[in-house]
Amino acid sequence: MSSIYRIRGVRDLPREELFAPGHGLCAGCTAGTVIRHLLKISGRNTIVVNATNCVEVSTTMYPYTSWRVPWIHVAFENAAAVASGIETALRVMARKGLIDPNKRINIVVLAGDGGTYDIGLQALSGMLERGHRVMYVLYDNEAYMNTGIQRSGSTPLHAWTTTTPVGKVLRGKMQPKKPIAEIVAAHRIPYVATANIAYPIDMDQKFLKGLQVEGPSFIHVLQPCPTGWRFDPRYGIEVGRLAVETAMWINWEITMGDFKVTVRVPKRKHVKHYLRIQGRFRDLSEEEIEEIQELINKEVERINRMAGEEVIGPLAE
Amino acid sequence: METKLESRVRQTRVILNSNYAAAYAVRDADVDVISAYPITPQTGVVEKLSEMIAEGELDAEMIHVESEHSALSAIIGASAVGARVFTATSSQGLEYMHEVLHIASGMRLPLVMAIATRALSAPISIWNDYSDLMNVRDTSWITFIASTAQEVYDSIIEAYMVSEDPRILLPSIVAYDGFWMSHTYEPLYIPEDRKTVLEMLPRRPRYTLDPDNPITMGSIVNPDWYYEIKYQQVEAMKEAYRVIREADAKIEENLGRVYKPVESYLAEDSEILVLTYGGIYGTLQTAVDLLRSEGLKVGALRLRLWRPFPARDLKTLVEDAKTLIVVDRAISYGASIEGPVALETIAALYREGLYPTIASFIAGIGGRPVSEDDFRDMVKKALELGERALKIGSIHWGVRGAEYE
Amino acid sequence: MSWRELPIGGIILEAGNSVKRKTGDWRVLRPVIDQERCVRCYICWMYCPDGVIEIRDTPYRTKAGRIWNITFEIDYDYCKGCGICAQECPVKAIELVEEVK
Ligand SMILES: Cc1ncc(C[n+]2csc(CCOP(=O)(O)OP(=O)(O)O)c2C)c(N)n1
Ligand code: SF4
Ligand code: SF4
Ligand code: SF4
Ligand SMILES: [Mg+2]
Repeated sequence: MSSIYRIRGVRDLPREELFAPGHGLCAGCTAGTVIRHLLKISGRNTIVVNATNCVEVSTTMYPYTSWRVPWIHVAFENAAAVASGIETALRVMARKGLIDPNKRINIVVLAGDGGTYDIGLQALSGMLERGHRVMYVLYDNEAYMNTGIQRSGSTPLHAWTTTTPVGKVLRGKMQPKKPIAEIVAAHRIPYVATANIAYPIDMDQKFLKGLQVEGPSFIHVLQPCPTGWRFDPRYGIEVGRLAVETAMWINWEITMGDFKVTVRVPKRKHVKHYLRIQGRFRDLSEEEIEEIQELINKEVERINRMAGEEVIGPLAE
Repeated sequence: METKLESRVRQTRVILNSNYAAAYAVRDADVDVISAYPITPQTGVVEKLSEMIAEGELDAEMIHVESEHSALSAIIGASAVGARVFTATSSQGLEYMHEVLHIASGMRLPLVMAIATRALSAPISIWNDYSDLMNVRDTSWITFIASTAQEVYDSIIEAYMVSEDPRILLPSIVAYDGFWMSHTYEPLYIPEDRKTVLEMLPRRPRYTLDPDNPITMGSIVNPDWYYEIKYQQVEAMKEAYRVIREADAKIEENLGRVYKPVESYLAEDSEILVLTYGGIYGTLQTAVDLLRSEGLKVGALRLRLWRPFPARDLKTLVEDAKTLIVVDRAISYGASIEGPVALETIAALYREGLYPTIASFIAGIGGRPVSEDDFRDMVKKALELGERALKIGSIHWGVRGAEYE
Repeated sequence: MSWRELPIGGIILEAGNSVKRKTGDWRVLRPVIDQERCVRCYICWMYCPDGVIEIRDTPYRTKAGRIWNITFEIDYDYCKGCGICAQECPVKAIELVEEVK
């Protein structure tokens, strides 16, 4: 466990960087922000299992590594299985006296949306069902970025990707985003949360909770990708913030079954503010934008029902 | 294999099938983490191990994964933090693991896997052949093919000795015939006291994921370095031969059983040699006796070590023979010689400067039994065809309508 | 280096050695912190994806006489010039200027 037990604000975060610079993530790639915070919370006693993805290829370009904690990458679809093996082995070896039984080592999976929603879902489900003490961090950039921006189960409705072009007949991705965090929550694990890099303290508190529970935890972080979403890299945080302000993204958590929205939005902005600054939504018609807005409205209704009060307010602008 | 009457270690006689023999070896090796997924005919290994864990005979944990891909991935994770690990599979399960097989060896982890060999779908068949094993030939796993339950037990112990050797650090497979061996009970000897096995398997330090000494495993490597890293595997696999011979010597010294990379029966004065692998070796030996009684100078060879391929041993054994008949149990579709071991044997003998008359047969596919008579008739067919045999490619034995003149 | 000297399996033994790769030369725009304006709010430090804004325990006295115990400084060896810090700074204390090479 890390030496931190509570985070109220940014000053509680350790200065130490366990994620070294010199990596090859694109300028402004907010995955860097996610990892920095993750390691600040988890501390040195952490083993990271990284699925194949942008982070993996950009941060371990042989013979260089950005990781100051033990790190392993095995394949694209099996990070949860690898982590299951690590967790089990540490437990057995501690019991057999082969390693120090008093040291609690955090086991963290870092996987992209492709590696979680799609190809890694089976291994993830297995890990959750077996109840391994692993925190699974999904950094969601809503497409297969490492292979050059192809659609995934996470890509939102009408978003452009190289495999879902916006044409005369097909208009970007034709299906809405899969509700992965709720699929995970349906496994009834101790802790599930959604987070967003624009709200790092909220995210850090969730990392901390995730590491403290005795079973699996799952933190789903929205990670704006300037390269794939087609925006100026300086707006990475702004895009994340707009996602929350428009309720395109909602930060919530489920602790032992209790649902709670952690970032309330008293008045919602129209989704066009979020879509407008991203090239991947550039070619959408007014009707298509309204179609997305409609989806959000329904989702907000559902979330408010689940929360039992109006945590996300009405559309204001 | 030859058993010496007196061995250093006291042993008990037990009756086990090869699946259970594998489980007993895993127990005696004090394995920490096991992960596997059910598939016929391998399942018995995992069931037995589950029982042993449940009864407290083995202090290990079984990860009940949701697929073979995850089974291998989970033990990779466990091994990466320093645990001794095991998995077992067959056929479709092995195919499903395929991607991860290469990763396991590339990451230089000393995993051990038992394979109860089985035919591949489609059409689906649960019965034995070696198509599954032969498909993973190039994955850089050290590969033993056992022919008795005793050998399965001993080979699993040996596999840990070799895989965990700091000079090697490659994973190992111990394969045996699905059903013909996995489900057939045979007598064997196992050490009375597990400590004697553990003395042969000391825990040795290697690079692991440790927060006190953080390393990065499984990085992305560019063309500048990739080949050197893969070449290390080439060298380790070659070196494995020597380490296997050392381990053979230790098995002999401690358990009194003598193993060689290529086993032989009446080979010394033989003009005709028949090479095969796995459980049908016993049948082949009976056929050899039969043929000898008919006056033919025939001997039998069995490939025990498939990777690294024991080319020199084969050369020494084949040197004085005129004809070599290779009986394969898998098909390499479209190959010039469709029997994978025949193909390899020809390459090895050519390398060693030996050019006997060779005939390649494929038999026992999809669980079809291979009898003494089959072997006898194959030898006769090979003699009848002479040099022409190899021109045919491989002879698919017993296939209705397949004719070779 | 020959295959013999390399650690096996492509493992990297030196944690965090990517610091040997200076990514500062990617930069087109250079963020410059105005220490006079900076209110030491940590926001740039918190968001910087590359973790290259350092908190130094060097005190700073503004012209108006205010004393800060810390200063935020950008490590230009690695800063990629993404501009997130400038965009997020609540008092616009970071300016993006054209990089001159
Ligand atoms: C079995 C397999 N299929 C395909 C790939 C190719 N591949 C590597 S990374 C990747 C995309 C990763 O996408 P995601 O998980 O969303 O992470 P991102 O790169 O977007 O951060 C793909 C398709 C692979 N490595 N392995
Ligand atoms: S493509 Fe996107 S996710 Fe990948 S490194 Fe670049 S910005 Fe980050
Ligand atoms: S964000 Fe601006 S005010 Fe805050 S510490 Fe950075 S430079 Fe100073
Ligand atoms: S420009 Fe980007 S990389 Fe450079 S200091 Fe600012 S946030 Fe960090
Ligand atoms: Mg992605």
